[in-house]
Amino acid sequence: MSDHAKSLELSCPLPLPAKDQVLLGHGSGGTLSAELIREIFLPAFSNPVLARLDDQAIVSVNGSRLAFTTDSFVVKPLFFPGGDIGSLAVHGTVNDLAMGGARPLFLSAAFILEEGLSLEVLKRVVGSLHRAAADAGVEVVTGDTKVVEKGSGDGLFINTSGIGLVPEGLQLSADQARPGDRILLSGPIGDHGIAILAQREGLEFESTVESDSAPLHTLVAAMLAASRALRCLRDPTRGGLSSATNEIAQQSRVGMELDDAAIPVREEVRGACEMLGLDPLYVANEGKLIAIVAPEAAEAVLAAMRRHPLGGQAQIIGTVTAAHPGLVTLRTTLGTSRIVDMLAGDQLPRIC
Amino acid sequence: MPGRASQANVTSITEATCKGGVPYSLGAKPRGRGAMKYIDEYRDSRIARALVAEIQRRVTRPWVLMEICGGQTHTLMRYGIDELLPRQVELVHGPGCPVCVTPLETIDKALELASRPEVILVSYGDMLRVPGSRSDLFRVRAQGGDVRIAYSPMEAVRIARAHPGRQVVFFAIGFETTAPANAMAAWQARREGLQNFSLLVSHVLVPPAIRVLLRSPENRVQGFIAPGHVCTVMGYREYEELAREFRVPIVVGGFEPIDLLEAISMLVTQLEEGSTDVENQYARSVSREGNLPAQRIMEEVFEVCDRKWRGIGAIPQSGYRLRPAFAAWDADRRFGLSTITADEPAECISAQVLQGLKKPVECPAFARRCTPENPLGALMVSAEGACAAYYHYRRHAAGE
Repeated sequence: MSDHAKSLELSCPLPLPAKDQVLLGHGSGGTLSAELIREIFLPAFSNPVLARLDDQAIVSVNGSRLAFTTDSFVVKPLFFPGGDIGSLAVHGTVNDLAMGGARPLFLSAAFILEEGLSLEVLKRVVGSLHRAAADAGVEVVTGDTKVVEKGSGDGLFINTSGIGLVPEGLQLSADQARPGDRILLSGPIGDHGIAILAQREGLEFESTVESDSAPLHTLVAAMLAASRALRCLRDPTRGGLSSATNEIAQQSRVGMELDDAAIPVREEVRGACEMLGLDPLYVANEGKLIAIVAPEAAEAVLAAMRRHPLGGQAQIIGTVTAAHPGLVTLRTTLGTSRIVDMLAGDQLPRIC
Repeated sequence: MPGRASQANVTSITEATCKGGVPYSLGAKPRGRGAMKYIDEYRDSRIARALVAEIQRRVTRPWVLMEICGGQTHTLMRYGIDELLPRQVELVHGPGCPVCVTPLETIDKALELASRPEVILVSYGDMLRVPGSRSDLFRVRAQGGDVRIAYSPMEAVRIARAHPGRQVVFFAIGFETTAPANAMAAWQARREGLQNFSLLVSHVLVPPAIRVLLRSPENRVQGFIAPGHVCTVMGYREYEELAREFRVPIVVGGFEPIDLLEAISMLVTQLEEGSTDVENQYARSVSREGNLPAQRIMEEVFEVCDRKWRGIGAIPQSGYRLRPAFAAWDADRRFGLSTITADEPAECISAQVLQGLKKPVECPAFARRCTPENPLGALMVSAEGACAAYYHYRRHAAGE
């Protein structure tokens, strides 16, 4: 064997030390986030409502079915094309309630402010939050303010919690998908993530893409009016369409087959993804939903979505299968099949 | 990409070289709607089927082909192109993943730099998760290191201008593809006399690696798809030498499904006919001479040197380092890092994978002890690493 061939025997591995600290990837909505929930939060708070791992808890109080949820907002920059942290804080929580089929009623809003934040900025954010709540028909009925030392926060964080009312007999949950069900998507994916990325230091590029941030509860009401044969709703936020479909496939122990050609993606978003080496299936949305619908009701629900302003480009993007439970696959435009995996952390813009 | 052209002549060199797989990053830029249509043609299923039928007609016996570039591996897996090919055509995956072959000791140097309070380390995104000897850049960042992701080294130059009190280091890795942009950053820093900017350089070159693969007694590869981005910069004269020396056909290929099927078809045709020519499938981007202004700036800033490749070992004359005239912008010298060395332990089979001797799924650790969350080797880290591409797209085919 020549010297070169010998040197080729070298190899390259190395396990990292045990995970001992929180990494940014733990907040990505991918498998690292799921691991944190599974290993730290679920064992600590174990109860059947939490164990459903839906976007909202549904609890019965004196015969009323209440949806209850909470969400924190740490978006950077605070203002971005198509929205800001204030409107996002309303839409995020309203949508978590809406995905349970609930009519959103009341919100709380808690502000964590960093010393030195301009009051002008705070006023703009609060004004936007107020308008978004009014537009969505919900009221902010309680709140809290804390100030942290300069350097201990990033300008402004917001937490909102929300309560809504769930119609009698409605049971939307990630464990309800059944083989044969259709997978519906309300519109083009990736707008929010690309709008935010275009503003980030180091990646600035000219982009006309606006965040899709929007409250989805009236769209959900229109879908429910068309049919009660909805099994599950999810808004594909962090982790994108991939995380949302994978979570449902795992919770329901079913497979899913998506059709690449049917998934709408704006050309500007596709272009930005090509340039950065990102896959739109993993990019965040803040005004889209996926619905798992019984096959016989799929067309009626789709028609109802398309009549609604937030569902004009809705599509049936795939089918729930009995094959390969827990796994999401994608039929490519070439007619071949591949896995749609859940990412560990955030997608990384690749080299060159 | 629309908008990036505004940075005048700096981008006119870097743009053609960085992420050249999409046609609109090249000289004449179709924009908006037209641009995407142009890409869609290279993903058209009818053209794909016609090319597959063509390959099926031509092939009479088994052939082993290697795509050099990790971007090409990614496309093959993402579109399931291996499913479409006749079984006689076997594709093995080459060493063209810059993140995967950057040596351990260079990663360790970056980790050391990023841990220093005065340093802002700026890196391409997918380097952050690559494991060094004891940590990775994400972990160093979690412990307070200032690590930032950039898409271009010129962003790092801008950060240096904006933070005159900090030391800004750009982690300048990659093949010939990223070399012009990295050279431009060094050149610009010298022109401005930017004292707080430097580059941690670990560039690698494709042709010496192909030469090592072809000289190996275990080599099985009979034809190569050469990396289109690299050849956009360098042209393909060097590949003509390789084809002559080793009597092996080489086709310069692009990165879309149709590009790769066409390149495979051209290689199979040559192999069946007994030819050993260099052909250019990616002619919409690549010329024989390459991008001459880019080559000039590389020549001015870099010199060829020996280089270690992670998973392969030391290859003579297979890398770039900064020339003495740019020594003041060399992070290795500025921070006295040359004493940091690391040997690569031998556990995973990435050496065999990088040479095309084994497929990722043949590794006992694949998808079990070695996953993207807990990678045993760099091939599982980058989206362009062969193991990660298999993990993300083909796990079900492996009987998982």
